[in-house]
Amino acid sequence: MKQPEPHITVKDLTMAYGDFVVMRDLTFTINRGDVFIIMGGSGCGKSTMMTILIGLKPPAKGKVFYDDTDFWASEPDIRDQIIRRAGVMYQSGALWSSMTLAENVALPIETYTNLTPAEIRDTVELKMALVGLAGFEEFYPSEISGGMQKRAGIARAMALDPEVLFFDEPSAGLDPVSARRLDDLILQLSESLSTTMVVVTHELASIFAIGSNSVFLDASIRTMTATGNPSKLLAETQDPTLRLFLTRGEQT
Amino acid sequence: MSSSGELLFEQPSQDNLQVIFSGSWKLGEPLPSADDVRQKIESAGPIRQITFNTEKLGDWDSGLLTFLRKLWKYCSKSDIAVDSSGLPGGVRQLLELAAAVPEKKDARKSEGRMTFLSYLGDQTVLFFNGASELLAFIGEAVVAFLRLFQGKAQYRRTDLWLVMEACSGLALPIVALISFLVGMILAFIGAIQLALFGAEIYVADLVGIAMVRLMAAIMTGIVMAGRTGGAFAAQLGTMQVNQEIDALKTLGLSPIEFLVLPRMLALALLMPLLSLFANVMGILGGAVATITLPDVNIIQYFDQLVGAVSLWDLWIGIFSSAIFGVIVAVAGCMRGMQCGRSASAVGDAATSAVVTAIVGIIVATAIITIMTNVLGI
Repeated sequence: MKQPEPHITVKDLTMAYGDFVVMRDLTFTINRGDVFIIMGGSGCGKSTMMTILIGLKPPAKGKVFYDDTDFWASEPDIRDQIIRRAGVMYQSGALWSSMTLAENVALPIETYTNLTPAEIRDTVELKMALVGLAGFEEFYPSEISGGMQKRAGIARAMALDPEVLFFDEPSAGLDPVSARRLDDLILQLSESLSTTMVVVTHELASIFAIGSNSVFLDASIRTMTATGNPSKLLAETQDPTLRLFLTRGEQT
Repeated sequence: MSSSGELLFEQPSQDNLQVIFSGSWKLGEPLPSADDVRQKIESAGPIRQITFNTEKLGDWDSGLLTFLRKLWKYCSKSDIAVDSSGLPGGVRQLLELAAAVPEKKDARKSEGRMTFLSYLGDQTVLFFNGASELLAFIGEAVVAFLRLFQGKAQYRRTDLWLVMEACSGLALPIVALISFLVGMILAFIGAIQLALFGAEIYVADLVGIAMVRLMAAIMTGIVMAGRTGGAFAAQLGTMQVNQEIDALKTLGLSPIEFLVLPRMLALALLMPLLSLFANVMGILGGAVATITLPDVNIIQYFDQLVGAVSLWDLWIGIFSSAIFGVIVAVAGCMRGMQCGRSASAVGDAATSAVVTAIVGIIVATAIITIMTNVLGI
């Protein structure tokens, strides 16, 4: 087996809104090629964690390293460069509503590469086909369903062949079959592209189906209580809160 | 139908109070309050336990539950044991459910009364924060413009065209109507006053100078503040709610360059054109009004007007309208970008954009008028 190689490292991180501390003392490592789950109950700060990792909100304390670079201590243009190598799928898709799906996916490519319009069109068609939306290029975001918007969001996040992909609650608001398909898509992309995936979710089915590594944020004591493979955590953990979470409250 | 809820009390032993419910206990009906029980307990001496008898209880709903919860709270405070075995099973289960998760003490928002001074302080701090946000926004916009002139700004040409269409051609009908009517109103009001001196012909000077120098620009500015500034704020605000602006940021695209720049550019370029159009419509409105005047005909009106309006008037009008365009765009875009993440925040942003723009236009007009006065032009 290949030696795990750290990709994103979080050290002694505290996140807060003003004086209100959401989580403190978070330390964990996301390795290259991981499907890393950030899990925890509602309101524990999973999504806030992601906004810190993708550079939208500075942490109250602590550091985030991308490889060896201290992300939040870097100059803004270094941060921009790092974050440009990441793709983000937002909870609601967050597609730009004034543009067609094709234009949404094409915008990052137009902005950061010198491809010709024909090459861009081909790339967009490829990304759209990868997420199962071939033929929907000329639709506007408001004309397609929520599940399709999320998949289009993934296509846009993958536009620049990122090294790491972030997913904010990919299965929230989807029916079980669509949620399952999205999980499969994440797994397939992870295996074939060997991209690092960071998934914020509390869906147990997803967590066990796709997660190879994880961190558990405990809202009651406002810190992390475990990190590791979710199936292993379920088998080994002694922590009652985590057991309750991973078993849907069925065992005590 | 059973009668409305009533309470009876029995005291089987010295320290035991039995509460007997009868009738229907439903919200909206006249029910006894928990205070009745409290008074009974206090008057009955050292009660240590409360039991319930619900054999005669009819229908019940949340009315009974709220009553019992209040009683519960009082009893736990004054160390009285509550034996709930006499209550119906459904009531017991619901009360247990309500008590299952203890109240989070620090979660409830405090609504402390604010003294006048602290209110004043809060508002002052808010005002200065607002002012520094405005300055920061203008600074970012200026940087975006500099990058535009260096050819480095990233925005979509099609966006620019769409915004330009929205604030030019599509705005023509309303601008035409408003300025035509303003021209006409100015002429009518002026004519009444000037007729007193037999100087009705000066209606042309009045309409011409007022429209070209000032009114066309102001009226266009106010129309555009309501029409386009509000729309900008609502668009950007909705994009904020929908995380579309976050999505731009995580791509390393500046929302200021991508969204704000095309809007400011479009308004600053097109407002002068709109205002020229408003000049023409206003002067035509004045011309229509002269038809009703006995001593002035249309030819005289135009002849007099051409002599009265100088090129300086036109330049001042065009300059003002470009400034107003920037004000409307800055107000609309800034309020949109500052928008919170809820539907009502989008509404607030749109309202505040229009108000900010109109105040800005009036203040700018005052400054421009004073400046031209001092310069003597």
